[in-house]
Amino acid sequence: MLHIKNLHARIEEKEILNGINLDIKPGEVHAIMGPNGSGKSTLASVLAGRADYEVTAGEVTFLSKNLLELSPEDRAREGLFLAFQYPIEIPGVSTTNFIKTAVNEIRKYRGEEPMDAVQFLKKMKEKMKLVEIDQSLLSRSLNEGFSGGEKKRNEIFQMAMLEPTMAILDETDSGLDIDALRIVAEGVNKLRDGNRSFLVITHYQRLLEYIVPDFVHVLYKGRIVKSGGKELALELEEKGYDFIKEELGESVEA
Amino acid sequence: MSEMLETLEQTALSDYKYGWVTNIEADEAPPGLSEDIVRFISAKKKEPEWMLEWRLKAYRHWLKMTEPTWPNVHYPKIDYQAIKYYSAPKQKVTLNSLDEIDPELRATFEKLGISLDEQKRLSNVAVDAVIDSVSIATTFKAELAELGIIFCSMSEAVQEHPELIKKYLGSVVPMTDNYFTALNSAVFSDGSFCFIPKGVKSPMELSTYFRINAENTGQFERTLIVAEAGAYVSYLEGCTAPMRDENQLHAAVVEIVAMDNAEVKYSTVQNWYPGNKEGVGGIYNFVTKRGICAGVNSKISWTQVETGSAVTWKYPSVILKGDNSQGEFYSIAVTNNYQQADTGTKMMHIGKNTRSRIVSKGISAGFSNNSYRGLVQVGKNATNARNFSQCDSLLLGDKCGAHTFPYIEVKNSTAQVEHEATTSKIGEDQIFYCNQRGLETETAVALIINGFAKEVMNQLPMEFAVEAQKLLAISLEGSVG
Repeated sequence: MLHIKNLHARIEEKEILNGINLDIKPGEVHAIMGPNGSGKSTLASVLAGRADYEVTAGEVTFLSKNLLELSPEDRAREGLFLAFQYPIEIPGVSTTNFIKTAVNEIRKYRGEEPMDAVQFLKKMKEKMKLVEIDQSLLSRSLNEGFSGGEKKRNEIFQMAMLEPTMAILDETDSGLDIDALRIVAEGVNKLRDGNRSFLVITHYQRLLEYIVPDFVHVLYKGRIVKSGGKELALELEEKGYDFIKEELGESVEA
Repeated sequence: MSEMLETLEQTALSDYKYGWVTNIEADEAPPGLSEDIVRFISAKKKEPEWMLEWRLKAYRHWLKMTEPTWPNVHYPKIDYQAIKYYSAPKQKVTLNSLDEIDPELRATFEKLGISLDEQKRLSNVAVDAVIDSVSIATTFKAELAELGIIFCSMSEAVQEHPELIKKYLGSVVPMTDNYFTALNSAVFSDGSFCFIPKGVKSPMELSTYFRINAENTGQFERTLIVAEAGAYVSYLEGCTAPMRDENQLHAAVVEIVAMDNAEVKYSTVQNWYPGNKEGVGGIYNFVTKRGICAGVNSKISWTQVETGSAVTWKYPSVILKGDNSQGEFYSIAVTNNYQQADTGTKMMHIGKNTRSRIVSKGISAGFSNNSYRGLVQVGKNATNARNFSQCDSLLLGDKCGAHTFPYIEVKNSTAQVEHEATTSKIGEDQIFYCNQRGLETETAVALIINGFAKEVMNQLPMEFAVEAQKLLAISLEGSVG
């Protein structure tokens, strides 16, 4: 589904990604872990097409299309979804209206009729249950005055509404208390269906107790330095990221 | 950063879809302004002597005045002798029914989306259509007359209701108020008159559509709305003009009188030709609008969506004279390319427990400049006056300007005056977020702008709101991405 080959990227003059290789098949859940500054969020941004980053080498194919040639909106329309680490506020635009616009833009791209109000509301009701999100939140301006947990839940709700084929969760667990974390994780788990793939970016192992990955990769200095099964996450939790550095033969600072 | 910023910087010509000219034979005055021209206009309209005297008095006063230079706008000096002050479509003298309207004219209004055909009219709106200097047709007159509502052209009102005109014309905006009101008082050609008698609530929206068609012509219309005790009316005003390379002057005066417990809601969608991408042509829109809450518990509410005109100078105001009266001003002003707008309001608190609310949303794009200028005045006897003002500016790109000039004068210590102001840019983050959900940049910008303007949009009557929303999108087309 998603093939990343030797991906290099930089922001301004600073190299952040130094040759990422990753292959995600339909239905798989991959977790990317790594210390701060290792390039985790950059990878998410580059895949979604944020203009601040420049891809200097490598290729990415998504559903056999060259992802890097697509505009950010076309990537989304092709089925790539990014749950933002810091969801953006848009004053005066209700969450419902925003999602309806998004759903219909994507349908238009696929040559489908826009969804009528009845269908849309029905679908909304169904997905609201999935992430335990309240109707009143959806009538408010998008993310404006939302708590951290509400913002993240709203991201997962949007994901449920847009039904992507490939979802990237960028540190969705950051700033969540344990209850919110469980709700968000359960929402994600309900969206796992054997075809939809996930790339879960996280700093802590905690999230992976709830969203159990098929593969765990450790990102360090813009490269995947270690890959393994879900047990790798536990090992990292136990030993800390320093053990990776030791394995790489780097000296560990006190 | 760079790529998005570049696209933000690019400004493109927004389509002005009302830019056509109708070939209608016109009856015109020669260019220039003199006492003779004032007499010519008055004679053309077969006005009584008192009206002519009123005009001449205004003209003589105007001669002694100078054009204001304090607004934050810049334009070449206007040659008042090059303007034609009267132009009327030639047609049969009186119309027995709307069917007799020149087909070209009828087509003009159909293009504007205004149906003059009462039979086919679905929505509940009575229309007075003014082209160049004269009112062409007023619909639903008979139905309104049954309720005692007078809704007719100003020329007709001068003939048919001289006592009302003598009493109210110039009573809110004195002819000597400013340079443009003096000019307007001397040469005003037509406009609408609306009188809602005691206790009557108008069952339909009343509206005037203004259209400048002829070349080198100024448009100087006057609107007068009087709501007697307990009366209510919602009034709509729309305007368009052809695309021409020269600038045309539009200097209108609108006066509103609200007696005890009366309410007048006045909504404008101003879409005069804004000039082209390089700033050539367009309308100079120098307008004085003022209402007086003369009676207790009365209310006047101005809502405006300003997307057109090369230069705008306009401050719809409310004199809060009656105790417990209320004034409101809701505004969206959009400037793109080289447009300039200096607009806002004045709220003059005179009576006790008077309240006013100002919500101004300015959107600037291209190389334009958008200024909010507002005055909140609380008089010595205005005990417990309240004002809330909110002025938000949104910038698209980094070559445009937003300015806020709030003036507050308080002479009573019980007053509460609040002012909030914000300036923001459409963020790249916001656009990227929308892109990531499948919205292209243009759609994202339209969505963000409509969200920004929502509070004001909500004040517009439904039919107008839809039109205004489309207009916002068109006015800013190509200004981002």
